[in-house]
Amino acid sequence: MARTKSRDRMKNEINAGSMADIAFLLLIFFLVTTTIDIDKGITVKLPPWSEEDPETQKLKKRNVFSVLVNAQDQLLVRGELTDIDDLRENAKEFIANPLNRDDLSTDPKNAIISLKNDRGTSYGIYVEVYNELKAAYNELWDDECQKMYGIPYSDELPFAYKKAIRDKIPFVLSEAEPTNFGEE
Amino acid sequence: MFTKKRGKTNPEVSTASLPDIIFMLLFFFMVVTVLRDGERKVAVVVPEATELQKLQQKSLVNHIWIGKPVEKFRSTYGTKPRIQLGDKFASEYDIPLFLEQHKIKVPEVQRPRITTSLKVDGAVTMGIVTDVKTALRKANQLKVNYSARPRAK
Repeated sequence: MARTKSRDRMKNEINAGSMADIAFLLLIFFLVTTTIDIDKGITVKLPPWSEEDPETQKLKKRNVFSVLVNAQDQLLVRGELTDIDDLRENAKEFIANPLNRDDLSTDPKNAIISLKNDRGTSYGIYVEVYNELKAAYNELWDDECQKMYGIPYSDELPFAYKKAIRDKIPFVLSEAEPTNFGEE
Repeated sequence: MFTKKRGKTNPEVSTASLPDIIFMLLFFFMVVTVLRDGERKVAVVVPEATELQKLQQKSLVNHIWIGKPVEKFRSTYGTKPRIQLGDKFASEYDIPLFLEQHKIKVPEVQRPRITTSLKVDGAVTMGIVTDVKTALRKANQLKVNYSARPRAK
């Protein structure tokens, strides 16, 4: 009699009080091992490798925006020593050519950016230059997108929109083999 | 009547939902965690940039580190920039094998989307980076991401 009575009073549940402790332990483990890696960067597409010499293309001089970075991290843009802060604006003006000048690109479709560096160029500067050129295109795409669809350009844009904009202003960046200069 | 009812209720705050809250936090951290794959043998401080894109799927990304060996390894490996693949020092000739070893773990349909993340120290010269890029092109791994930190505009 007495036994059944005490059993009745007992609740048939597993004690979940220690659950929080176990969870805490796991939580602390993950907190410690976590490095919230912001895996971000500039995505590029390399040209495929071919053993043959690339076919030479005749290009109008006005359609080529040449950027040279030397081992002293100086910039030569279209034959002129340029500061990196001016690169973006120069590139934008070259690609869009809003004033129809005859020394800048005939059309964004024909514009080619040519990038060349030495083996001694620092990677930091290289990325900075690449970033500026990419930024120039991103700003132009943004302007075009505002004009065509009234929304800012972003990666989440529908594919058709992106394609329409990129057909109008294609991103053409040709990288030459670096010269063997200034390697440590 | 009222006093009787109050007397019966438990004055303690219920902790029954505590595990649930902790579990929620736990899952959050489990999802964002990147377990460190081995030891960093080269010192890398990636450059800053503004035009960044996020790398989408972690399983589709392989990493190549380039930088000067850390203090510990300077006596054996010197101070010239080195390549680290996985947890070992390597040269650009080891890259094709490294890419292949990563590729076989990825389902075939997703293979074209594999991206190589280049984690290169800002002070490294382009010579070694170019060698790595050439090796990647020869191995037909053309999707590359120059890893960078966001810079405040």
